Amino acid sequence: MANKVLIIFAHPRYENSINNSHILKTIRNIPGVKLHDLYEAYPDFNVDIEQEKKLLSDHNIIIWQHPFYWYSCPPLLKQWIDLVLEFGWAYGPGGNALQGKIVFNSITSGGPRTAYSREGHNRFTVRELLSPFDQTAVLCKMIYLPPFAIHGTHRLSAEEISGYAETYKSLILKLVNDDYNIEEMKNFAYINDWIENLKN
Amino acid sequence: MSFLVQALIYLAAAVVCVPVAKRLGMGSVLGYLLAGMLIGPFVMGFIGQEGEDIMHFAEFGVVMMLFLIGLELEPSQFWKMRKSIVGMGSIQLVLTSLLVFALMIFLGLSWQMALAVSLAFAMSSTAIVLQTIKEKGLAQSTAGQSSFSVLLFQDIMVIPILAILPLLAAKGLSQNSEIQSSLIGHFPGWLQGLSYFGAVALIYLAGRYLFVPVLRIVAKTGLREMFTASSLLLVVSVALLMQSIGLSPALGTFLAGVVLANSEYKHELESDLEPFKGLLLGLFFIGVGASINFELIGSKPLLIGGLVMGVMSIKFIVLFITGKIFRVTSDQNLLFAFALSQVGEFAFVLLSFTNKLSILSREWMDILMAVTAITMTITPLLLLLNERYIDPRFGVKVNPSEQEADAIGEKHPVIIAGFGHFGSTIGRFLRANGIESTILDHDSDRVQVLRKMGFKVYYGDATRLDLLKAAGAESAKILIAAIDTPSANQELIATVQKHFPELQIMARAKNRVYAYDLIDMGVKNIYRESLHTSVKLAVDVLVKLGYRNYTATRQGQKFISYDEETLLEMAEHRHDMQQYVIKARETFKLQEELLKKELYPDKGGVDHSWDSEQLREVYAKKK
Repeated sequence: MANKVLIIFAHPRYENSINNSHILKTIRNIPGVKLHDLYEAYPDFNVDIEQEKKLLSDHNIIIWQHPFYWYSCPPLLKQWIDLVLEFGWAYGPGGNALQGKIVFNSITSGGPRTAYSREGHNRFTVRELLSPFDQTAVLCKMIYLPPFAIHGTHRLSAEEISGYAETYKSLILKLVNDDYNIEEMKNFAYINDWIENLKN
Repeated sequence: MSFLVQALIYLAAAVVCVPVAKRLGMGSVLGYLLAGMLIGPFVMGFIGQEGEDIMHFAEFGVVMMLFLIGLELEPSQFWKMRKSIVGMGSIQLVLTSLLVFALMIFLGLSWQMALAVSLAFAMSSTAIVLQTIKEKGLAQSTAGQSSFSVLLFQDIMVIPILAILPLLAAKGLSQNSEIQSSLIGHFPGWLQGLSYFGAVALIYLAGRYLFVPVLRIVAKTGLREMFTASSLLLVVSVALLMQSIGLSPALGTFLAGVVLANSEYKHELESDLEPFKGLLLGLFFIGVGASINFELIGSKPLLIGGLVMGVMSIKFIVLFITGKIFRVTSDQNLLFAFALSQVGEFAFVLLSFTNKLSILSREWMDILMAVTAITMTITPLLLLLNERYIDPRFGVKVNPSEQEADAIGEKHPVIIAGFGHFGSTIGRFLRANGIESTILDHDSDRVQVLRKMGFKVYYGDATRLDLLKAAGAESAKILIAAIDTPSANQELIATVQKHFPELQIMARAKNRVYAYDLIDMGVKNIYRESLHTSVKLAVDVLVKLGYRNYTATRQGQKFISYDEETLLEMAEHRHDMQQYVIKARETFKLQEELLKKELYPDKGGVDHSWDSEQLREVYAKKK
């Protein structure tokens, strides 16, 4: 059975983001993957709620892909969450439209992975900082997975970026081909680690 | 009398009479006419027979007015009007001439005289009608367009009429030197016809390929008076060319105007010539007022009074029927028929011409000239009567009727003056959000439709104080000045500022130039018609060329706010042409640089939080 993957992508300056453009290029044309570019579709923040609800209904794996600005997402993605995940549709009584769908964040962050720890200068782990998204997913009866994260984006070499792109591509292919085990994935801090672990 | 003394008399008369007339709601035309009567030979006697010379000079104002009308009329629009020009024009001219001809025969004139007089009397006054209609902001209404069509047709028909009249002359008068004054008068007919076409073609080509390049050079000098001089030069040379081959100068300059309507200098030409036109027309009206021979009227009151009544009734009825045939609705038709019911200035020319041809006796000429002048003087009064008493009774009512208005005359917080495309969009949006507005509009066709749709509409001239009061200007919060004609819009704003200082004004500005005027008037909320739409289009161009939609949209938003800032800055400098150009160059350059920085943030922009370039540099050093 092939899954349908929806990447909700939010980047206000995508044209200047080397990492995101590289990563998206490798997965753009995989059948069963839909890339939805929020800042291109709604430059005026006027999100088309019905259209978005239909997109969500048509896919069973959702990825929120965005730079990890100020330990969160860019404002248009927040706007999207506020508007689209309606009471009585996504949550609350009768709000079962998203039930059982998989969702996770795919983030790019300037700081190194070590910075996101008790000892690091960001004091919290990425998982902890993403807890609002986690809870949002749970409230909508969705399955929330660990994030895919690219760290230290300010000093990645071309090879490193390609490495990340390859890892991301194999993740997406596994998701599309239903080649994964949710419980297994949940054991890792990052979904990247799960992929790396499979390779070994 | 010295030139200065004469100038003093004319200017003083105008300055005293016109504002008074305006104040009394009579319009400027009537003010000028009254001023003319007052200083004319029969009241105060300040000016005597030279009045006629002044009028010849002042007729140039009519020529200029036609040029300006041409400028506002783009060729495509002109082409669209061809049916009403030929249709309405010919019906009006033929029917009126026939009836006046019958009247003159009845009065015992010879058929030649009767025919000459009937042709002269079929003409209406371009100067009075268009000036009045423009002042009321009715140029775009059905009545305005119909009037324009008929007047234009009359202007065209002057050519064949001038050609026919000598044939009516009893004896071999066609050799008369004065009549053959045109350069090509001795040419055979076919060559004359060819010259006409040649002249029109010349105007077209020169307008396109000579005048616009010349203006470009003149504009580069940055001398405003040179620009004015070239505009005047253009009008004078076209008028002279037409006159020299015996065509109507007004028609020629009208054509020149149409040719230049699409040029980039349209607005400069308009604003440069407007004051000249206004003053010359004023002078012309003063001349008409002064030429009224009260002695003659006193000696033959019945004949002249009867003629005035008879001619105006004939003209009115014919016009009304013409309007009916062309399905002009009753309010517009009343206005149209009253507006054109006078005998026009061209009758002066035609009558003296026929007198020189010995078709018409001196005595009859004087009588008919007096009739002409009186009908011209009465027209503004008739229009006033129509607006205040006749139209409200038969046509669309000024106030919304009971069921149209809200329960017990509830006052709306918003008044929208002018409900064309601009105002109606505002009205619909407000209504969709539960804000009802009171609407003022002067196009009766539109008013009827709006009332059917349930809008509360007051019909009439929004610049009138009583109408504003009736519409609730005293209790409303916001007035939206959205009238199409910028001059009318500004007049409205001035009235509101003076009488309702508490009322907030939100004003539509046609473009940057009019926005400056509004800034000068102290208006705070100014909305340029084209700004947002054109920036939106430009943003979409960027997107189509591959820019990110959000980036392009942000650039558009910033462009608009920079442009609004600039507008305020430039407003101070715009009266000094040279300063303005320098300032404009500086500002636009700065603006471009700012926007470039946004787009290429590596040079230091505002949005750099989103860009990692700086961070990258810092971290690279650490590494």
